[in-house]
Amino acid sequence: MSDNDTNHDDVQVPEPVPPRSLVRLREVRGDDLQEVEEGEVPIVRVKPERIEDVCRFLKEDPDCRMELLSDLSGVDMIALDRPEPRFDVVYHLFSLASGERMTLKAAVGENEEIPTVSTVWRTANWHEREAFDMFGIRFAGHPDLRRILMPDEFDAHPLRKDFPLEGRAKDHGYWRRPEDERGRSES
Amino acid sequence: MRDALVSNVLVPFVQIVVMVSVLMLGVAYLVLLERKIIAYMQVRLGPRRVGPHGLLQPIADILKLLLKEDIMPSRVDRLVFFVAPIILLIPALIAFAVIPFSGDSFSVFGVEITPWVTDVNVGLLYLLAIGSLGVYGIVMAGWASNSKYPLLGALRSAAQMISYEVPLGLSVISVLMLAGSASMVEIVRQQGEQGVWFAFWWPYPQFVGLFLFFVAAVAETNRAPFDLPEAETELVAGFHTEYSGMKFAFFFLAEYMNMILAACVVTILFLGGWLPITFGLLPREPLSTFLLGPALTGFMWFFIKVFLVLFVYLWIRATFPRYRYDQLMRLSWKWFIPMALIHVMVTAVVILLKG
Amino acid sequence: MFGPSEMEINLGPQHPSTHGVLRLKLKLDGERIVHTDPVIGYLHRGCEKLGEDRTYLQTMVYTDRMDYVAAFSENLVYIEAVEKLLGVEAPPRAQYMRVVLAELQRIASHLLWLATHALDIGAMTVFLYTFREREMILDLFEAYCGARLTLSAVRPGGMYQDFPEGFADETRRFCDILPERLDDYHQLLTTNRIWRERTQGVGVIAGDVALDYGVTGPCLRGSGVDYDIRKAIPYSVYPELEFDVPLGSTGDTYDRYLCRMEEMRQSRRIVLQALDQMPDGPIQTKVPKRIKPPKGEVYHVNEGPRGELGVYLISDGTESAYRCRFRSPCFVNLQALPEMAQGHLVADIIALIGTLDIVLGCIDR
Repeated sequence: MSDNDTNHDDVQVPEPVPPRSLVRLREVRGDDLQEVEEGEVPIVRVKPERIEDVCRFLKEDPDCRMELLSDLSGVDMIALDRPEPRFDVVYHLFSLASGERMTLKAAVGENEEIPTVSTVWRTANWHEREAFDMFGIRFAGHPDLRRILMPDEFDAHPLRKDFPLEGRAKDHGYWRRPEDERGRSES
Repeated sequence: MRDALVSNVLVPFVQIVVMVSVLMLGVAYLVLLERKIIAYMQVRLGPRRVGPHGLLQPIADILKLLLKEDIMPSRVDRLVFFVAPIILLIPALIAFAVIPFSGDSFSVFGVEITPWVTDVNVGLLYLLAIGSLGVYGIVMAGWASNSKYPLLGALRSAAQMISYEVPLGLSVISVLMLAGSASMVEIVRQQGEQGVWFAFWWPYPQFVGLFLFFVAAVAETNRAPFDLPEAETELVAGFHTEYSGMKFAFFFLAEYMNMILAACVVTILFLGGWLPITFGLLPREPLSTFLLGPALTGFMWFFIKVFLVLFVYLWIRATFPRYRYDQLMRLSWKWFIPMALIHVMVTAVVILLKG
Repeated sequence: MFGPSEMEINLGPQHPSTHGVLRLKLKLDGERIVHTDPVIGYLHRGCEKLGEDRTYLQTMVYTDRMDYVAAFSENLVYIEAVEKLLGVEAPPRAQYMRVVLAELQRIASHLLWLATHALDIGAMTVFLYTFREREMILDLFEAYCGARLTLSAVRPGGMYQDFPEGFADETRRFCDILPERLDDYHQLLTTNRIWRERTQGVGVIAGDVALDYGVTGPCLRGSGVDYDIRKAIPYSVYPELEFDVPLGSTGDTYDRYLCRMEEMRQSRRIVLQALDQMPDGPIQTKVPKRIKPPKGEVYHVNEGPRGELGVYLISDGTESAYRCRFRSPCFVNLQALPEMAQGHLVADIIALIGTLDIVLGCIDR
């Protein structure tokens, strides 16, 4: 607290107050949460199968009203010493009414599925498509889960840690002409 | 016999040759003029490298178009594809047969040459009829290209041209009534005799008619703000997307020739044709008649007026955004046609009351 | 699948007015649009993956190329995120400098938007007039950091150099000229009957639907939702500056157009205030040469000209980020295009792409 300040004896530094939305979330959906990290923007780890309900609660509850899903991204946790479950899906929420922000995280494994939140916020549709494209995270109940940035026929997930930065050898020269191909195989 | 042959075959032939060549050159330089004028309105300079002030640019353009590879996509309807530009260009050229460029004839080697190829007494009807033939060329071009964008562009253009024919025709009825004749030469002569251009006719100046005719002409020639069928940013290039080389040149020529035709017709019907600009104050035969002779004087005034009308054409192109297709159609059917009808009725009533 | 008079048309990646390589698959019923499917990814360069390999300072150069029209805002959001990770704050003079450059960038970006939007709808002349003003701003940028478009002018902890001599005067001179030029554009477009017919009632999207789609920036404010990050989650020295946030009412293209025009005026106001209030002092806080933020993560947002620019950085203690995620406003705004285009004509799609103000570099990263 304020032990080191010698000239602030008469001023009490107030305890940081957790945001109202976090308080409500703990009250109503406490069982769905796994871990809460307080801070300027609370980071809440949610049980993956309950993510859609938690999001819907946060959006519709009059005290939370997290109407804006700012961003939804995947993270490959394998190199942060958490090989199982491999991916984290991170949701950044914002409430216009109260100005509160919150970050939700849900873990999902390589061949598992996590419920989609595109029924809660329509913006999640493309974000989840990108997470699928880049990491291979599957979202159950997504209306249109296909690749968005990479070509449709692409067969790997580029943002995974085991995909090389320069691309795989066979991806180089994607649109090679047949004569170049013959030249390569001859040399 | 020899006189009949000379006056009925040789003279028109010479007139046609001279007119077509001057027109072609005029069209080429109109393109340059457009680029320069629009450039100056847009704080830039336009073509300036090919010849002094870019004056040889049209030559360069013509050479380029002649030497370009003539690409015919493989799946087009070959005959129609080939014929479409011709069908578009020919009406534009033959419509000039009834346009009088000046008032008096001049004699060359004892042969009298009139400044118009022919003076049909249904000249105005002839113009309206020939003008509407151009739609065929566009539709054929769009169809033959066997591609969605040209098809859409052609259909839009055809519908647009057909819709704007109606206000075009209606707005000249008042001029017909005032002049009492459909012959183009007679219309200008009447303006001379009545001492006032039809645009400033008293007591009911034909400004509404002039406005309607001009706007309908802009729409007929597919120019901005009615240039959706060939708008670059919307349909790549509309009905002439698939054309290249000389065939594309024909489309281009046809469009600008139609522009000049429309400007000529506006001048003749509403702005007094070859009559001098006197503001009603100066005597009817100003100094220039003595310097140039009556025929050339008339031609000079005609040229000045046509140039002013063309300038307004270009000015509008540089300034206004484009109308969307349905708004364009709505404008024609819901606004211009009622306006034209009312205008005709008012003119008729005024004529009746006047005498 | 296809109705009797339905046709599928491709507004291909190469098209004069798709503002980059955007492909739209339109399903038309005659001339009416039944369904739109944007296909993106033609400009995907893997900036997020590169962010994991390059050092923090090297990645900043990639942020320029993502939203190349608003490069400074993209730089700023990234560098501010790095500063949050490091726990440093730039000195006040540097923050004011950043605000001046960011708002000039906003004006430049909106001028470009106006140019291309008007050009698509057919008013060619506006394009050349706005570029005349944009040239002046780009000259200012060049005077500061040597680059016109891809600035990379920010450093973690401050700015790398101070404003050169005469920069403030030149900026003030530009701010003097701007209002009358904006009036010129208003005269050419705002009351023009054809412009209004092309933009009013086109692409209407309700405020709550837009928010649901995650739309931010002028596209959201045109629908009447008051969400401007400079006021909602203030960063840098914006709390000390006075400005208004224009809001629309109907959420059509015309309102978005008016919002952006007014934003240019407000940005000019901010620039003049910032120039007046800028204190003297250092421009760089001491930051180690090799930036190794402690382990942690941050999600930082910024009000770019197109909407909410966001950066989500996870640091694992090394010189490069572990995860470098860029939240792109154009990516999210484009998602609302099918909703806005429903039932409109093909000619309106062009106006809608223009009003969304997309930059493919930002979408595809």
